[in-house]
Amino acid sequence: MREIAGLFRPLRGGLAAPAVFNLNGPAHYVNWHFFHMSVANVLVIVLMIVVFILAIVIPFPKREIEE
Amino acid sequence: MSPAEQQRMWTERVRQRAVGALPPEKLLPDRQPAYVSSWIYVFGVATIAALVVVIGSGVILGLKGPAWWHESGVGKFFNSVHLWSVEVFFFTMVVHLWGKFFMGAWRGGRSWTWVTGAVVFLIAIGTAFTGYLSQQNFDSQWIASEGKDGLNAVGIGAFFNVIDFGQMYTWHVILLPVAVAALVVWHVLLVRKHGVVPPYAAPVAAGGSAAPRAKEAP
Repeated sequence: MREIAGLFRPLRGGLAAPAVFNLNGPAHYVNWHFFHMSVANVLVIVLMIVVFILAIVIPFPKREIEE
Repeated sequence: MSPAEQQRMWTERVRQRAVGALPPEKLLPDRQPAYVSSWIYVFGVATIAALVVVIGSGVILGLKGPAWWHESGVGKFFNSVHLWSVEVFFFTMVVHLWGKFFMGAWRGGRSWTWVTGAVVFLIAIGTAFTGYLSQQNFDSQWIASEGKDGLNAVGIGAFFNVIDFGQMYTWHVILLPVAVAALVVWHVLLVRKHGVVPPYAAPVAAGGSAAPRAKEAP
């Protein structure tokens, strides 16, 4: 366990490496009439719709019939 | 023991009923109908795979405790694994839900399959909510202070007190996960019993069973 802990040592005492996205500011929101949602949630919903469409459109790999 | 006496035993009756409803070839099939060869059918098992990671990481977090998941590097790692596996769980579950909705997956005697899946979705939302409340940080305090007004407004604040960490933690690590796991098992057994719902164009066999298996995927 000590060896595993060593792998994550840079995380102790705060982030040693900068995060991919800076989350230290106020969240961004999409406002349109009654619609009010954080950009992060909008992105997740859009991604779910994209994945749903791709799952229908992309053909499933077919296994070769072994005779 | 005579055959008549054996027939009266409750274990015999339960076994016969279980094997009748779910014979081994239905419980663990090695073939599926050809229409299952689509990516949209992958999201149910992807949801279960994510749930396994959620429960596994949750068990480790529960055994080690809040000080560990807030302070140590490995604890933070498992905390993140727990969060992101929940994200994957809900992501794949929603895509699975959309797929089954547009397939009309309740057709052919599969209404309970649909109902158990929908109820799991609702209970999972409550499990995630109590998980946010169990973080033991400012985020969970904020969510609890905001959530209590809503729950008091609908009259359940006395029984479901979101600012009571002990109560919310019990809901999160025992009661709701057991309900989710039990319903998922029931859901999967119903899928095994009735088969995967055929597309709208395919004929549905009488009696609510799966479509004819004339053409099967290899």
